[in-house]
Amino acid sequence: MLRYIGRRILMMIPVLLGVSFIIFTIMEFTPGDPAMLMLGENATASEVNELREEMGLNENFLVRYYKYIKDAVKGDFGISYRNKVSVSKEITSRLNNTLKLTTLGVLISVVIGVPVGIISAVKQYSIIDYTSLITALILTSLPAFFVGLMLILLFSLHLNWLPPTGADSWKNFVMPAITLAAASMATLIRMTRSTMLEVIRQDYIRTARAKGATENRVIYKHALRNALLPVVTLIGLNFGTQLGGAIVTETVFTMPGLGSLMIAAVRTKDTPIVMAAVITIAVIAGFINLFVDILYTFIDPRLKSDLVKN
Amino acid sequence: MITEKKNKKMIKKKNRFLSIVFRFKKNKLALFGLIIFAIMVFMAIFADFIVDYEIDAIKQNMQNRFNPPSKEHFFGTDNFGRDVFARIVFGARISLFVGIITVGISLFFGVLIGATAGYFGGKVDNFWMRIMDVFLAIPQMLMAIAVVAALGTDMFNLLIALSVSQIPRFARIVRSSILTVKGQDYIEAARACGTSNSRIISKHILPNAIGPIIVQATLNVAITILVISALSFVGLGVQPPTPEWGSMMADSKSQLRYHPYLVIIPGIFVGLTVMSLNVIGDGLRDALDPRLKN
Repeated sequence: MLRYIGRRILMMIPVLLGVSFIIFTIMEFTPGDPAMLMLGENATASEVNELREEMGLNENFLVRYYKYIKDAVKGDFGISYRNKVSVSKEITSRLNNTLKLTTLGVLISVVIGVPVGIISAVKQYSIIDYTSLITALILTSLPAFFVGLMLILLFSLHLNWLPPTGADSWKNFVMPAITLAAASMATLIRMTRSTMLEVIRQDYIRTARAKGATENRVIYKHALRNALLPVVTLIGLNFGTQLGGAIVTETVFTMPGLGSLMIAAVRTKDTPIVMAAVITIAVIAGFINLFVDILYTFIDPRLKSDLVKN
Repeated sequence: MITEKKNKKMIKKKNRFLSIVFRFKKNKLALFGLIIFAIMVFMAIFADFIVDYEIDAIKQNMQNRFNPPSKEHFFGTDNFGRDVFARIVFGARISLFVGIITVGISLFFGVLIGATAGYFGGKVDNFWMRIMDVFLAIPQMLMAIAVVAALGTDMFNLLIALSVSQIPRFARIVRSSILTVKGQDYIEAARACGTSNSRIISKHILPNAIGPIIVQATLNVAITILVISALSFVGLGVQPPTPEWGSMMADSKSQLRYHPYLVIIPGIFVGLTVMSLNVIGDGLRDALDPRLKN
């Protein structure tokens, strides 16, 4: 098992190198001279050139990429072009909010999505089933930022219950987390429902019923455990999507997180911040996928022997 | 003799198509989606006949700001006094254009890469799929933002930004469909007859994989429309004054308290379009492969 985890972590390295290389190349095409950005409009040509030399910008593209990676491995992502703060510090200070937000979002989507999906499947074609399916359809179809704006309209502007912006107390996280959770909750409802329906028709469920097991036991012990695998996969994938979705959600609620930092950095062409933010998100997403794969072996012990063997 | 054979083949093909249409028609929700989508397409194509782009959708008219919905202005006017209905109609054109073109581009490259990887297997497969993995590791929104940041926000760059991030999904679907068909006897037979690789892929393999590809394409148009509206909302997508549903919501964000309809109306149109595509996609999936339906 440990060897498997180790190998998976090793396999993340080429992916991360690839991701960073793609972003590095894309940012290379960004118009605007970083040295000029740092010095401001009034800098003379010699000053700009001096700073370019100092920052190593006059060197070859590949050399710079190599140097960047060498520093990045040590946790040094350079300094921001805009306010000359250390990028790693900036990222860690913002990461906290984003992680809180996405974790909360995933939690909400699981706590609501999975049970509703189960009930939908157990009571197929009932009113509850139709209501939850239609709600799920609507939630997947609306843009997340629109859901967010509607929440602000209702809970901040009309009812005055929750603050529309900021990240000071738990109250600030309620609406962004719901916004983020809405779409993944909908996909979870649909996925849980369809896998449960598939499992319920299996022979071993009939056997369990025939043995006289109570309906609750049949559903939660026999059916749910077998339906869990695709659902857990989806939860893991949702984590990644939500990290991406946080970019927009944070903008809607003007929350100081990784996403809003990145949008601002993209607008101001602050390459080091963009690079570091993208790499951070890719690393987190990679670890979550690994965690999900390990979780599989607990849900389905048959997989464990497969993993260890290979 | 030959024509008879051809006719038989035609009938068989037609029957298959008709049975798919028949199954699709039985799905009320999917039909409803098709009607809504048809309305959106109609709006997008005939926008110029419905309203005047320059006069209604672009020209500012500061005396007429924030008119509530009325007979002259179905959806009222926005903070620049522009007719919201006109902007919605032209917004349909942009959303559908971007959605369909993006999926077209990514479908083309996705099929190319997926088919090559799946058919040749081995090192070729490994090479392409690892590259696809790298692209999959970057969330779509993030990728689009990075590309737009580097190249600037014009329509062409936007299309590239959105397409690039969708190629891996299509490549994966095509690859997996090819892997399931590849081992079957009729492919072996075709190869034994000396059929070229490209012909085997395009004539014998792809037609059998077309179902899931069409379904995914439909759903991806929906996803793209959501992403483009989100990009425009954060100011990195379609630039003002071009009427785009997402940027219309961004423009009116500050008016949320007193003129919420300015945000709600474009939101509903994005939602309706995406929903119609989602139900059409689901309906197609069930119609193409009835076994999947529960």
